[in-house]
Amino acid sequence: MCLAVPGRVISIDGNMGIIEVGNLKRNVFLHLTPDVSVDDYVLVHAGCAISEIDEVEANITLKLLKELAESEICR
Amino acid sequence: MSAITLSHGSGGTQTNQLINDLFFKYFSNDILNQMNDAAQIVIDFKRLAFTTDSFVVNPIFFKGGNIGKLAVCGTVNDLAVSGAKPLYLTSAFIIEEGFPLADLETIVKSMAEEAKKSGVKIVAGDTKVVEKGNVDGLYINTSGIGMIYENVNINCANALPGDVIIVNGTLGDHGMTILCERNSLGFEGDLISDCACLNSLVDCMLETYDGIHVIRDATRGGVAAVLNEISDFSHVTIALEEDLLPIKEEVKGAAEMLGLDPLYIANEGKLCAFVPKAQAEQVLQAMRKHPLGANAAIIGRVTEELGKKVYLNTVVGGQRIVDMPSGILLPRIC
Amino acid sequence: MKFVDEFKSNDYSKRLVENLQTISTHKLNIMEVCGTHTMAIFRYGIRDVLPANVNLISGPGCPVCVTPQSYIDTALELSSRKDVIIATFGDMMKVPGRRGSLLKKKAEGSDIRIVYSPMDCLTIAAQNPTKQIVFLAVGFETTAPMTALTAIEARETGLNNLFFFTAHKIVPPVMEALVQDKDINLDGFLLPGNVSAIIGTEPYEFLSKDFKIPGVVTGFEPVDILQALNTLVSLINKKDYRIVNDYKRVVKTDGNSKAKEYLNKAFNIVDSNWRGIGKVAKSGLEFNRQFEEFDALKHFEINYEEYDGGSGCRCGEILKGKINPTQCPLFKKLCTPENPVGSCMVSSEGTCAAYFRYYKEPEKMEA
Repeated sequence: MCLAVPGRVISIDGNMGIIEVGNLKRNVFLHLTPDVSVDDYVLVHAGCAISEIDEVEANITLKLLKELAESEICR
Repeated sequence: MSAITLSHGSGGTQTNQLINDLFFKYFSNDILNQMNDAAQIVIDFKRLAFTTDSFVVNPIFFKGGNIGKLAVCGTVNDLAVSGAKPLYLTSAFIIEEGFPLADLETIVKSMAEEAKKSGVKIVAGDTKVVEKGNVDGLYINTSGIGMIYENVNINCANALPGDVIIVNGTLGDHGMTILCERNSLGFEGDLISDCACLNSLVDCMLETYDGIHVIRDATRGGVAAVLNEISDFSHVTIALEEDLLPIKEEVKGAAEMLGLDPLYIANEGKLCAFVPKAQAEQVLQAMRKHPLGANAAIIGRVTEELGKKVYLNTVVGGQRIVDMPSGILLPRIC
Repeated sequence: MKFVDEFKSNDYSKRLVENLQTISTHKLNIMEVCGTHTMAIFRYGIRDVLPANVNLISGPGCPVCVTPQSYIDTALELSSRKDVIIATFGDMMKVPGRRGSLLKKKAEGSDIRIVYSPMDCLTIAAQNPTKQIVFLAVGFETTAPMTALTAIEARETGLNNLFFFTAHKIVPPVMEALVQDKDINLDGFLLPGNVSAIIGTEPYEFLSKDFKIPGVVTGFEPVDILQALNTLVSLINKKDYRIVNDYKRVVKTDGNSKAKEYLNKAFNIVDSNWRGIGKVAKSGLEFNRQFEEFDALKHFEINYEEYDGGSGCRCGEILKGKINPTQCPLFKKLCTPENPVGSCMVSSEGTCAAYFRYYKEPEKMEA
C-alpha cells in the first residue's frame, strides 16, 4: 500500500523540492523531512518525501549482508 | 486559414488545395503524382507482405515523435519483421474540424521524412474531416505492401527449443513517455519515445543469418504480449532472465514510482528475434553495430520444458509467470 | 538506482535464501500485512525459494481492497456532476461499483483525472476555478499525511474549490483484530516498512507484549524481505517475541514526528468498516472540526450510507489470511482481473490479483 522510491534531492525551495529518481526529476513536498539538504536521499511516496534515507544505516546493513555472503554456511 | 474546416473534407476546391499544398508537397513521388484514383504499381515478385494499422495516439505530439511518425514506422515495421522489404504505403487521415493546419503540416512532414529514411513511397491516400468532437484531433490509418525476401521464412509458429531471444535495445521507452505525458505526471527528464523504422536493422540481421525463426515488433502490451503470442503459436516455453533485461534508468525510475513493469509497456522501435543458438552471438554483434541495435541484448531462451508458457527467472532465484497483459496500464501508488 | 539496486543483489538474495533454509525447521505461519509486500513477494518469486515449512499468508493491507463498495458508488455519483472534477490515484480506476467503474465513467465523458500525487490537485483546482475538485483520499498512514498537507496548502493559497472524499485507515488496529481471531494462528509478522516510516515501531509492541508474536519491519526490495524472514524465523525459533526494525535506513523507532503532527492536526481517529472484515474500532481517519470545510461528504451534503458490496466470494476470509485465493470458488472462473467480483481481485496488489498473475500450482512446475 505504499509504493515508494529513493530519490536524491536536487534543489529545495521552502517546503518544496525537486528530487531525481533514475534520471527523472519531480516536484515533491518536503514538509515531512524539514532537515533534509541538497544531495541527501529521501524516500518518495505519492509526491511527498516521507523519510530521509540514512546512508550510514544502509551501509551497515550492506556490510552485514556482504559478511554473510562471504561466510561459510554452518550446517 | 489556420485550421482545418469541414470544407477541406468535402471533395471540392479546399480539399484539392489541401491535397496539393500539403500532402503532394511532402509525399511527392512518381506514382502518387499521377493522381489516379488508385496507385498503379508494377511488381515482379511472388510473395507479398500486406498489412494495415490505425493510429489514435494521445497526445498527438510527444517527445521523440508524433502520430504521423508512428503511422509510418508502425506499418514499415510490421512489414520488416515479416521478412519483407517495405515498398509502398497508403495513408488515410480522419481530421477533427478545427485541427491546426500548422500541426498537420508538421505531422505530414515527419511522415515524409520517415518514408524517405525507410525507402518507402506513400502512393495513395484519403482525407476526411469530421465535426468537432467526433474524433480526438486526428486519426491516421496506413496500409503497406512489401516484397518478402527469398530464403527467408519468418513465422511466429517457428520458434524452437534452444532458440535465443534477442531484443534490439531498451524496453518500455515509448509507452512510459506517452503515459507520463498524457497524465501530466510531472516527471521531467530524458523520457523519449523509441519510435523508429526498423527495416534497415532487420535487413542487417537477415544478411548476417537468413534463417532467423521469428521476428516480431513489441508494440502494445510490450515484450510480454509478443512473447506470449509466440509461446502460443509455436507451443514452446520461454524463460527470461530478469538481470539481462535492458531498461533505461528513466524508465526504471518511472516504473518504480508508478508500480509498472517495463515488460508490459509499449515500444515503437523494438523487436524480439528468435535466433538458433549457433547463430545468436553473430546476429547480436551485427545488431550492435547498427544505430538501432546499439543496446541489443539477449534476454532469454526457449527451453525444452512443456506447458509453462512465459516466465522470468528473478534476481532472487525464483520464478514468476509473465502472463499476457490484459486491460489498460494504470499507474498506482499502492 | 541508489538504495534500490544494492537491495536487489543476486548474491545477497541467494545467500539469504540458503541461510533461511538451514534455520527454519518447523511449520510456521507468517503474515505479511502490506499489499506492496504481497506484490513484491510474487514479483521476485520469493515463494518459490522459501523452505516448505514457511507459510506466507497475505493480510488486509490493501487500501483499495478494504474500501467498501459504497465509497465507489458515491464517487461515481459525484463524477456525474458537470461541475465536479474527480482526481484519483490510478489504483481506484477499475474498482467496480454497482453501476460501472471510474474508468467506465471517464469513457462516458465524466471529468476524472489520474494523479500521481494529491499535490497535483492543487494545480487542477487553481486551473479550474469554476469547478469543484474532489480527491479520492484512500490509503494508510503512509498516504494520509499527504491529504493533510494538501488541505493545508489549499488553505494557505486561498483555494476554496478542493475537497477530499476520505477513506483513510490505520494498520495496527486491524492487526490486533486479526491476532484476536481464534481461527487465525500466526507465528510472526512481516511489518509494513513505509507505514512504519510514519508511525515508527512502537505501535506494534502490543504484538510482543500481549500476544507473544514477534514482528520484523522491513522494506520492499527482495534482499529486505529475505533478510527480514531470516530475522523473524530466528526470533520465532528462539521464542524471542520482539519487534525488530530491519529497515533502519528508512524507519526510526519514533517514526516521522512531522508526519504524525500533520495527522493529528487534520484528523480524528474513528471506528471504520473494513470490507470483508467488518467494523474495526479506532481504525479510520476523518477530518476534524478544523478541516471540515474540506470534507466532500459535508460540502456536497451527501447522506453516506456504507455497504460492503458482498458478492458471493470469499474475500473476507482471504483478507484475514484464513484461506488463500485458490480456495475461493470464484477464483479464476468467475472472478478475474478483467471481471473482478471481489475487492481482492480488483486492486492490482490485492491478494487474489497477485495470486492470479503470479501463482502457479507446485505440481505443474515439475513438468
